[in-house]
Amino acid sequence: MVAVSEQTYKTARTDTRRAKPFRFDPLFAAATRAAAITVLVLLFGIMASMIYGGWPAFRAFGLGFLTGTQWDTMNDVYGGLPAIVGTLSTALIAMVIGVPLSIGTAIYLTQLAPAWFKRPVGTAVELLAAVPSIIYGMWGLFVFVPLFAAWFQVPVSSVVEGMPIVGTIFYARSPSGLGILSAGIILAFMIVPFIASLTRDMLDQIPTVLRESAYGIGCTTWEVVRHVLLPQAGVSIIGAIMLGLGRALGETMAVTFVIGNANRLSASVMDPGSTIASRIASEFNEALGMQMNALIGLGCVLFFVTFVVLVIARILVSRVRQY
Amino acid sequence: MRKFTTAAAAFAGLALTAALPATSARAADITGAGATFPFPIYAKWAEAYKAASGIGLNYQSIGSGGGIRQIRAKTVDFGASDAPVKGEELTRDGMIQFPMVMGGVVPALNVQGVGQRGLKLTGPLLAEIFLGDVKKWNDPKIVALNPGVTLPDATINVVYRSDGSGTTFVWTEYLSLVSDAWKSKIGTNTSVQWPVGVGGRGNEGVSGTVRQIANSIGYVEYAYAKQNNLSYALVQNAAGQFPVPDDKSFQAAANGANWESQPGFGISLNNQRSPEAWPIVSATFILMYAKPADPARSQAALKFFDWAFANGDKLALDLEYVPLPDPVKAKVRASWKGMTDAAGKPIF
Repeated sequence: MVAVSEQTYKTARTDTRRAKPFRFDPLFAAATRAAAITVLVLLFGIMASMIYGGWPAFRAFGLGFLTGTQWDTMNDVYGGLPAIVGTLSTALIAMVIGVPLSIGTAIYLTQLAPAWFKRPVGTAVELLAAVPSIIYGMWGLFVFVPLFAAWFQVPVSSVVEGMPIVGTIFYARSPSGLGILSAGIILAFMIVPFIASLTRDMLDQIPTVLRESAYGIGCTTWEVVRHVLLPQAGVSIIGAIMLGLGRALGETMAVTFVIGNANRLSASVMDPGSTIASRIASEFNEALGMQMNALIGLGCVLFFVTFVVLVIARILVSRVRQY
Repeated sequence: MRKFTTAAAAFAGLALTAALPATSARAADITGAGATFPFPIYAKWAEAYKAASGIGLNYQSIGSGGGIRQIRAKTVDFGASDAPVKGEELTRDGMIQFPMVMGGVVPALNVQGVGQRGLKLTGPLLAEIFLGDVKKWNDPKIVALNPGVTLPDATINVVYRSDGSGTTFVWTEYLSLVSDAWKSKIGTNTSVQWPVGVGGRGNEGVSGTVRQIANSIGYVEYAYAKQNNLSYALVQNAAGQFPVPDDKSFQAAANGANWESQPGFGISLNNQRSPEAWPIVSATFILMYAKPADPARSQAALKFFDWAFANGDKLALDLEYVPLPDPVKAKVRASWKGMTDAAGKPIF
């Protein structure tokens, strides 16, 4: 091994001495380093300016900025809890619906679908990823929400009314179709193409020999997927899910259309609410003084929430690696 | 190498020639920023004024809050706000304020079996609906006002503006005037803590939501409701009448008002006593410095406003905006005498 590399090294040296070509590598290294540093500087720049902009709000309300439920522009009292809860709950709903859907799609496309069906569905999934979020929002408001109100909210509300727990979580006080659950469902549609196409690529990269050996020793399709494919692609799939989660946490336009933009905390997922991003989109234009500081502060909180979620994801990934 | 230098020089020359006319054109243009509600009419006036005088207007409809910020930062010649700025703030900033054009707000409806202007409501009832105290469309109070109208046994879906807006300011001010419960619990502002309902972004968000959601009620600018053919309810005014919202009933509100009672004409046109007056009306305002740093630019802006007062009524009516009545225009013109250059000479 050593001998070979020394040999290569010598050849390389003689080549250099003979030709003296333009040394591109240091330049290339510098360029990539500059790119990486730019990203880092941007990140810290954004973070610093958001902390600076939100500082008056943090100082004025302290922990109350995170735990307060009042968002009162008249008396300049700002508490972000409804928006924070809305952000986390819509993202959670999106994950619960979206992840099984996308992984199912990916497994079906790579393992079970007939060849003639694979391509159209695969293309459709990729097209979905290219649809701008405002289209999801408008489709949600104009098509999904009225149907959802008439065929889901009204019947479900009348069934669960008065029941313990379920009656609280699924009862719509005003069955408008807009609310946390609608936003979560639209978000799920939006993240499916990302997670599904990434997962499909991961599964495609697993060497065929692994799969065929498993089938060869008599595994069922389920066993192959469960014990061979998913463990192989597991870490990458979690990465894909985290990308989707990042999008669900920060999505703005589509959510603003369907969440109902209410600054209230409610135990029911049928009731309107708001997310941090939708709150900022709604109020930023007309915000003055402390309201502006509070909105930037909320942006800062979103930054932090996303960061924490990503860190938790990293820890999960390393756990998975150990098994 | 030489080739490169020549190319660069040529390119720089091109850029320079391209930049020159642009800067000189901008120097003559009036700049303004603020309220989104009057943007269509300001744009229309600017177009006609440019044809008449050669001077353009660069107006950015970034919202009233943004307009106030921009004029405070002195980056524009005038700011525009739907809600009037308070007298003490005007004095503190050394600014003058005057109304430019008016509009009304109507309660937009989507109720099964109720057509255009098919429902009558009163101010206190609107407040109860928006407080969540009246919950059903067939509530006895609504039925009593509307004999002969079949109202569904359905929950009322309230729709409001989720963004801060002058429309919300006018609406909540009206509700505060007619309902003590609203005044003490919610109050008046460009955005408030709504006890019930869902929010839509902008006039288009509210009207889209009202249209999509059965049994809903929201509030939008009259111009918007008319252009989009939304159905709306008639509202009882302070004289007990149910006037139809149009330019006549909006001007009736402006005529009956005591404009000088507030600094900067910052009065409310809501709930006026005149029997012909639509109850929910407001003006949109312009903000300028009383002692501008660049009097020539402010003078150009005033000339534009003067031209719009003299020639812009027809254009405004075409777009469903309501011009100020002539006596009010005269008062506004008189107020411009308060704007002076550094030597204390009036600039208009």
